[in-house]
Amino acid sequence: MSFLEAMLLALMLTLPFAVYRLVKGPTLPDRVVGLDLITSVSVAMAALYALVSGQTAFLDVAIALALFAFLATLGLARYIEYRGHKGD
Amino acid sequence: MVDVLVYALVSVGIFFLFIAAIGVVRMPDLYNRMHATSKAGTLGVGLILVAVAVFYQELSVAARALSALAFIILTAPVAAHALGRAAYLSGVKPCRDTYIDELAGHYQKNHKLESIEKPAPKSPPESNA
Repeated sequence: MSFLEAMLLALMLTLPFAVYRLVKGPTLPDRVVGLDLITSVSVAMAALYALVSGQTAFLDVAIALALFAFLATLGLARYIEYRGHKGD
Repeated sequence: MVDVLVYALVSVGIFFLFIAAIGVVRMPDLYNRMHATSKAGTLGVGLILVAVAVFYQELSVAARALSALAFIILTAPVAAHALGRAAYLSGVKPCRDTYIDELAGHYQKNHKLESIEKPAPKSPPESNA
């Protein structure tokens, strides 16, 4: 296993922390923060896999994923703002 | 030489992503957690993208990697601001150790900040007849 593959595995170890926050909450914006961290780790994994595999097309994956993450966070923020606080 | 630089950039980037992940679990309230993900997470992803640009040393790859980096640097504060504003307006409280809340008196129940709702002060009519 090369060094970069080991780094890819190490990057995977950050995901349980974000999933913990996504599941536990306690409020809806906390879950959005967890989701945001999951997508930015995914962008990092796509960029790192562009190094590991030699396929530079994974950079396009990273760009599209970052765009989706931004739009999803904005949409969820707008939803939270106009929904009001319901304790979740 | 290039390999050493790439490995160092990737390692430091993953280190900062770990910092972000630990902050998301350990920080006491939403606003502190957002601080962890939006700063440390952005720095981690950015360093890995810089590592890709350094590794390939081609113009097309570097342009794509650095444009992704620029996009992330531009959008991460916007997303964090929108989420923090939505959370504050929907009533998410800061943790107990927070003792300065500068928005405390400026919040109305109709989801508008008071500073937005106030009409602009009128300039006095000029009386140069």
